[in-house]
This record gives sequence, structure tokens and C-alpha cells, in this order.
Amino acid sequence: MKWQQGTLVALRIVIGWHILYEGIHKLLHPEWSALAFLDNSQWIFSGIADWMISNPAVLNTVDVMNTWGLILIGLGLVMGLFTRISSLGGFALLLLYYLFNPPFIGMEVAGSVEGNYLMINKTLIEAICLLYIAFTPLARHFGLDMLRFKNHQTAPNHD
Amino acid sequence: MTKETAKGIDRRDMLKALAGVPILGALGIQILRKNAYDDKHNIQQEIIRELGLEDLMNAIKPIRHTEGDLIRVGIAGFGVRGGQLAKALGFMEKSSFDETVGSGSLDAQIQDGNLHVAITGICDVFDMHAERGLATAAHDIHTGGTFASKHPVKRYRHFHEMISDPGIDAVIVSTNDHHHAQMTIDAIQAGKHVYCEKSLIHREEEIYSTYDVVNNSEMVFQLGHQYPQTAAFQVAQEILRRKWLGKISHVETTTNRNSPNGAWIRHVDSEGNIKPGDARSIDWKQWLGKAPEVPFSIKRFYSWARYFDYDTGLFGQLFSHEYDAVNQLLNMGIPERVFSSGGQYTYKEFGDMPDVLHTTFEYPQKELTLTYSANLTSSKSRGRTIYGQDAAMTVGGALSVVPDGSSELFADLLERGLIDPGSPMLEMRQGSRTASVVDAVSSATAQYYATRGLTSTSIGGQNWDVTHLHMKEWLDCIRNGGTPVCNIEKAFEEGVVIAMADISYREKCQTRWDSDKRRIERI
Repeated sequence: MKWQQGTLVALRIVIGWHILYEGIHKLLHPEWSALAFLDNSQWIFSGIADWMISNPAVLNTVDVMNTWGLILIGLGLVMGLFTRISSLGGFALLLLYYLFNPPFIGMEVAGSVEGNYLMINKTLIEAICLLYIAFTPLARHFGLDMLRFKNHQTAPNHD
Repeated sequence: MTKETAKGIDRRDMLKALAGVPILGALGIQILRKNAYDDKHNIQQEIIRELGLEDLMNAIKPIRHTEGDLIRVGIAGFGVRGGQLAKALGFMEKSSFDETVGSGSLDAQIQDGNLHVAITGICDVFDMHAERGLATAAHDIHTGGTFASKHPVKRYRHFHEMISDPGIDAVIVSTNDHHHAQMTIDAIQAGKHVYCEKSLIHREEEIYSTYDVVNNSEMVFQLGHQYPQTAAFQVAQEILRRKWLGKISHVETTTNRNSPNGAWIRHVDSEGNIKPGDARSIDWKQWLGKAPEVPFSIKRFYSWARYFDYDTGLFGQLFSHEYDAVNQLLNMGIPERVFSSGGQYTYKEFGDMPDVLHTTFEYPQKELTLTYSANLTSSKSRGRTIYGQDAAMTVGGALSVVPDGSSELFADLLERGLIDPGSPMLEMRQGSRTASVVDAVSSATAQYYATRGLTSTSIGGQNWDVTHLHMKEWLDCIRNGGTPVCNIEKAFEEGVVIAMADISYREKCQTRWDSDKRRIERI
């Protein structure tokens, strides 16, 4: 049980670290834009992506929401605060990234040297991990949610 | 036994609940360390510092609004290019405008590009083209036709009728090339300012008479080479001024295309149907002008650039742009000797234009050779490159500077690994933001895309039609005085260079420029 809990908390924190740093990096580099990512979009969302790119106001809103979404989700996961909402938010965001650029046959991203993927990539794996974290109360250990649930006189490993 | 807080949380639980805090602290420390590392190892910033690039982009001149009296323009020749020139002035057929307006390509022109001109004359020997010209002139892009309707447009069947009309202030010549010189002479003598499409000349003798007439008049003349209006050109000029390329001995210009349309076979449409026009709707005699009399030919009418009776072929059509670009940058002037060779290997049934053409222009006094290599049966793109001992610069719509591995000027930067002879150390991408030099300094892995820089350019955060800017310069000079960049001096040099290359190819000889007699000799 302890190992299970410890591993789950570690998973929550490392994913939180990853997402938080992605957000902070974008915040520290204002020249960053989702344009290149959206421009490469190939599947069902490619039409929406084109619309976002063609409209500077929309693109700017997407960039700001993405940056701050990542930071808030990352903070929530690292600190264990609003763990379920943060995990579900992270799941939704990562699933969007996956769907905008899924590694389906014929949709490989040109020039990618990081790995080889078929249907499944690390974004999808990370998204599913967050789904698991969202629905497993054990993941709230070692987080501020412990205080919230203690106040409600509820065991920390139950909703 | 653990101590409990007032709210019933013991210290151990409190510590557990705050486990994320040291993690956040660790992340914060790592981010600070990474930022410090990145700052120290920022190759872009280091190259900018080392080369003093901070102010490089100041070379790009901002675009100022046009003000002044209305200028009434007449257009001679309303084929494809005529329509493009009208669009650059701010006039489009309503249906074309409606199709284009949302694409973003007209945004800068609609917002800030009102040139205060009216197209009041259209002259074309083909009824269909003339009618399209009239419809275009009747719809301006700034007011949706309200402005244009106040300045009615008239069709002229003869060029001389148009230039003798006091209701025309300035003339655009966009006919086939063999009319350009005479029309320019006639228009200038009639007191009209002239914007003439390239090439100004068809035969050597036209150069001298056109030069004399234009040079001795007060009228403003601009030749249609729009490339100097690009941001990339202005930065290239600055790079040359700073002598970063070192000694330059070779300038390479190229053309690569691989389609019948790209080879000026244009009398059939994309579906293989013969384009409209016949002896009834086209004034064939006037179209031929001084050219040898031949029966009406739809092939010749649309694909005229392939026939030496009406054009110098690749020299007038594309080399002229290449030459003007490098002549504007390097002030190369007229070469001492020229030799052309090539052949017609693929499109043998269409006129005289070679499919493969190579020409060498020698400037012994400048210790420099210019080459032009054209291939109409391969679209493998090659650039327009100036080779120096310290670096090579490729200039088009994009610009890139690649350091030479043996450069003395950049030896220190090369030795420190900051720049790499295999990759550009400076590049401007087509259409990219060029407000900051940081956008232009690239990492060793950056990809780059080059085009010829003849369509659009990004200046002041807006994407401009280069031809619009070129015509704007001409109109600004008409209103405020001054000499446009493609003036008669540059046009004269270009005319001589084209004639030398053209004679060399057609007469299979070498040509030499006699600078005392100011005439071309056959060798």
C-alpha cells in the first residue's frame, strides 16, 4: 500500500513538474506561439487549427490560455491542491495536444527525431496517467488536499 | 505522540501536506540555473555582439503614407501583368477583389496603401483584355468603387491617342517587350511619366535613343524591377556596406522552372483548351508593330516571350530581374565581354527560346564575373548568390549569409564554434518578422527558404506587395521630385547587358562593350 501510494504521488509530482515547467518556459519566452504546432495539425482538428492561425486575436488568446493553463495545472499537481480538477484539466489539455497531432499512419511529424510512435505517444500515456491520478484518492497524499479533506473530517483517501 | 493544531491537523500531516513546497523550490532553483546557463550560452546573442548586428535591421526603411494630388494613370497592355500592376495601384475587378479580400494579402495595401491614383485610360489591342481593364479600373479597393466611379476610365485603341490625352498624367507600359522602348520614348515626348515593365529594350539600337529621350526630359521614369523594395534587399545592401563578404569575385544568378507555363507556352489554359482571341478581336497589325509581318497566330499572341521577333526571351523576362538585383547591390555596371550558349532541347515547337542557357559576363577591371544559368526543364531551385572570400550571401525574398570556412574575417567566430561554414550565420526568412535582429540570427540547424523576392515583403510588421511599393516610389517621385531606384541610368546598363547577352546567343559570337564608342562589338 505504501509503495503504491508513494509511486502514485511521485507520478503526480513528476507530471506536475513537467507541465509546470512547460508553462513557465512559455511565460519566460513571450516570442513562443502555438502557431508552429497548430500549423502541423493533421487530423480532425486541422480545420480549427487553421482558423486559429489565421486569426491573430484567437491565436494570442490560445497562447495565453495554454501558458496559464499549464502553470495552474502544474502547480495543482506538484502541490497536491485540487488534485482531481488539476488532473482532469491536465488530461483534457494533453488529450487535445494528442488529437491535434496524433501519431497515426501517414501523419508522422517531419523531422521528429525524439522517438518512434504508432497510434500511442508519450502525450497520450501522460494523459491517461492523469486520468488514473484523478480517480485514485491515494494520489492526494503529500499534498495540500490533505488539509482540505481533514477539515471535512474525511479520510484523505476518500472523496 | 504527535501534537495537533487547533483545527485537528497534526504536525506530521502538515508536513506531508506541504511536501510540494520543497519540490517547487527545487524547480525554481533549476529554472534560475537554466536561465543563467541559457543567457551565458546564447549563441544568437553572442553572434549579435561579436558582429555588431544590433542595428542591422535599421537598414529597412519604414513605409510612409502617400500624400499629394491625384495622379491619373493610363495602362497600355492589360494582360496578366497589367492586371497585377492595376492591383498594385489599388484596383481590382469586383469578383477578384471579393475572392481575395479575406486572404490577408491585401490587408496592408487596403489599410495603409492608398496611392491616390485613378486609372483613367486603358489601351489594349485585344477587346477582351481591354474590357477586363475597364472593369478593373472601375473598382478601387479602398472605397469599393465609389472613388473610381468619380474618375471615368476610357478605352483607347491606339497608344498615341492615350498619350495625347491631357486627362492622363502618367503611363504604365505592360505590353509585349518589342513595344516597350518606342512607347516609352513616345510617352515621355508627350509629357507623360512612365513606368515600364521589363525589359525596356528588344534590340541594341533602342537603348541609345530611349536613354537620350528619357535622360533629357523632366518626366519620371521607373523600370519594373520591384526587388529593391524588399526588406531582404535593404539588409543585403547594409551587409555589403559593412564588407562582411570580403573580396567578391563571382556573382551567380539562376532560373529554374519546369512547366510549359513556366517556359512561356501560354496559348493553352490549364485544361488544354486554346485561349480566347482571334483576328477579329485582336488588332494583329498593331500588335506586330515593327516586327516582321506574319499571319495571325494565337501561339505568338500569348507565347510571344518565346519568339525573338518580340522579345529577348529569358534575358528580358527573368535575367533582367536577376541583373537588376545584383547591379543595384554591387553597382556592377556593364561588363567588358559576354558569352552565351545553350539550346532548345525540349520545347522545340515553340519559338526560339532556349530551354537551357548559360551566360558569362566578365568584368576584368572589377576582378569579377557574373554568371547566369537558366534551366526550363528542372525546378530544382538555385539561389542568387554573391560569393565572397569571407562569406557567401544568397538574396531573394529571403536572405542568408553563410560564412566561409577559410574566412579571415570570421576566423575567431569559426574557431570558437559559434558559426559553422555549413550553415547560415544570418538569415531572414520570407515573410518573417524582421523587427528584431534576433529573428534573423539563426542556429546551426535552422532551415531556410528562399524565393526571388518579387512578390511580397514584410516591412513594419505588414506584408506588402513589392510591386505596390515599387509603383509607390515612382508616384512619390512624380509628386515630390527625386529619382526612383530603377531609373534610366540603371535601365541603360541593363539594356546594354541584355543586348550583349542576346546578340551573343542569337549570333553565336562573343560580344564586347566599347566604352569609348558606347557601342556593342561582335568578336
